[in-house]
Amino acid sequence: MSSELTSLFIRELRIARRIGGSGSMGVVFFLTLVTITPFAVGPDPDLLARIGPAMLWISALLASLLGLDRLFQADAEDGSLDLFHLSQTPLELAVLVKCAAHWVTAGLPLVVAAPVLGLMLQQDGAALLGVIASLLVGAPALTLIGSIGAAATVTVRRGGLLMALLVLPLTIPVLIFGVSAANAAAGGTVPFLSPFAILCAISLAALALCPFAAAAALRQL
Amino acid sequence: MAMPVAHRPHADFHSHLHLTVERLCVERGGRMVLRDVSFALSGGETLIVTGRNGVGKSTLLRALAGLLPVLSGAVALEGANEAEISTQTHYLAHADGLKAALTVAENLEFWGAYLDAGHPAQRLSPAQALEAVGLSHAARASVAILSAGQKRRVALARLMVAHRPIWLLDEPMTALDAFSRERFARAMRDHCALGGIIVAATHEPLGVEEARELPLGART
Repeated sequence: MSSELTSLFIRELRIARRIGGSGSMGVVFFLTLVTITPFAVGPDPDLLARIGPAMLWISALLASLLGLDRLFQADAEDGSLDLFHLSQTPLELAVLVKCAAHWVTAGLPLVVAAPVLGLMLQQDGAALLGVIASLLVGAPALTLIGSIGAAATVTVRRGGLLMALLVLPLTIPVLIFGVSAANAAAGGTVPFLSPFAILCAISLAALALCPFAAAAALRQL
Repeated sequence: MAMPVAHRPHADFHSHLHLTVERLCVERGGRMVLRDVSFALSGGETLIVTGRNGVGKSTLLRALAGLLPVLSGAVALEGANEAEISTQTHYLAHADGLKAALTVAENLEFWGAYLDAGHPAQRLSPAQALEAVGLSHAARASVAILSAGQKRRVALARLMVAHRPIWLLDEPMTALDAFSRERFARAMRDHCALGGIIVAATHEPLGVEEARELPLGART
């Protein structure tokens, strides 16, 4: 079982590396969103410092949806998805491994880029750490929740927008507690640990539930 | 002509295998495509499904593989250690499951590991399987640069890198030249000699003697 999953993980990483784009495009999109924020709200440093964590989180959320619509679509088009059904490995685990590979290639670069972009939004050291920690814990939940949308729209041509419409409402809890954890780290009235612990809980719940939901959607094809 | 890799481990490996299909009905898009299809196959037998386009040949193969819900009827596999039919089945259709970004060998290594059904003695390594389909020289080529016929041969090699007793083949001979057809016909005969079962939907001769035929849509 583990050798099947390892080979699937390696395959996904190889494809992502050879095709390219998913990670770097996400980071560039992230950078663009953060860069245009001061143009929209004005260059006031205090204001930017206050809304910085929220802007970073919204930008990371939108950037993490890029490319997620192709998570299962490419496999459905070339017939790989049919063969996944025939494996002894449960589809749920295949979904989980594909999410993990997608997170490594597309989610992790966003977490790495976040502190650099945070500097552009007047974030101090503590706030940057808060953003990194909350994204590190919360962004996997975004990928996992997104996998449900990707599975549900796998046969829809140009389903990317539909997927975003399906997924964005479901990510609101992640956004709420991600931003409040980042804000708490930057110095607020709430202790950092309480929103952060809830964020961890949401991610763990997504880890436990989303692969089943996505696999169930894929079986309905 | 060089023979492909000698690959005849325990002959009669699956002779105790029985695939029974009883009164199978399958609906697709609200239309009853298959109605009361019944047949029984034992290890070593080949069934060729024929009929005009749209009569339900591909639907039958997908339903046998468990990729389509069955409206009524039953598909039963006996003699495979209680394993489910879908995990003992190779399914080959028009979409070949090959990733253009990966090399031929990488694709085969992945499917060999991922579709492994626990018959280590019968499986070929990717290099051996490529030799059997005459593509040894292309192992490190990217699938993106292969011709349609070469891709089809890589897809056929997939059937050998993980041994599964039941082969469901949808138009397996598409895009193959005469030489590759002969090689694949030999691979199919070897598979039957091991006691495997082949169900193929095709319009062309398969090159397997003693194949039974199931004409679909003949009654209407």
